[in-house]
Amino acid sequence: MLAEALFFSAVLFAIGVFGVLIRRNAIIVFMCVELMLNAVNLTFVAFAQAYGTAGQVFVFFVMTVAAAEAAVGLAIIIALFRHRPTVDLKNINLLKG
Amino acid sequence: MLALPPQQAIPMAHGALPLLYTFHFYLFGLIAVGSALLFVTRKSPVAAALWLVNTMFCLAALFVLLDAQFIGALQVIVYAGAIMVVFLFVIMLLNLGQSPPADIRGIWWKIAAGAVGIAILAQVAAVIRAKTPATLTLPVGFAANQVASTGAVAPVAGPLFNDYLLAFEITSILLLAAIVGAVVVGRQRGEDLAR
Repeated sequence: MLAEALFFSAVLFAIGVFGVLIRRNAIIVFMCVELMLNAVNLTFVAFAQAYGTAGQVFVFFVMTVAAAEAAVGLAIIIALFRHRPTVDLKNINLLKG
Repeated sequence: MLALPPQQAIPMAHGALPLLYTFHFYLFGLIAVGSALLFVTRKSPVAAALWLVNTMFCLAALFVLLDAQFIGALQVIVYAGAIMVVFLFVIMLLNLGQSPPADIRGIWWKIAAGAVGIAILAQVAAVIRAKTPATLTLPVGFAANQVASTGAVAPVAGPLFNDYLLAFEITSILLLAAIVGAVVVGRQRGEDLAR
């Protein structure tokens, strides 16, 4: 099942990249990043089954980083929303020169 | 379907019903891909978040099918249960649920995004075709036997608290930093509170 799992993982990762590029809603872009992290997790688990079960530990680390990223990212979105009530990336250009 | 290198074609001997196993693997994989496609194309953030939750449940099922039962449980509890609830909470807090403006970019962005997606898919397909040395490959059913003999948690917990203990401790520092950062970034300033 290794090749099939890697195939599904690649498709999910590509869908995540596609979503990041076509959406402008900051929260949905964040969720697309989560989808990409999930696709990588599937790769880790598939390789762990074939090449050594210690690989599952890395899924644990990826989940921790995803949780930290979600917490900080959503706090930034809330702070931006308070500054200007929108989550559309078109309107978020504070750092533009 | 992608071509299997010879040493990877073996792990089909899953239980007494390999055909049923393969059927479920494809079923959950295709549901995950379909939910992900619906997720990136929904206009409403709430609908998108719920489709993403569906994708995560299907991924948890795939993890269980790949002999990672503990990771599958973590996927449901941490991802679907905690991280996505935070996302939904923020969507509802910012009141984005009803009649959001269309945020999908124009046709050129769609073409560019499709091209990038296909390029990444091709790269990953090339990586899948690459051969790995046969000496690295575990015997067939090794992971399933390990789960059967030591339980589902031990294959994760053993390396986590022995080989990767330092990384585990650094992870806790990362989480602490994220909590402090989220509170500092998200709180209202003093003058806002005084008003």
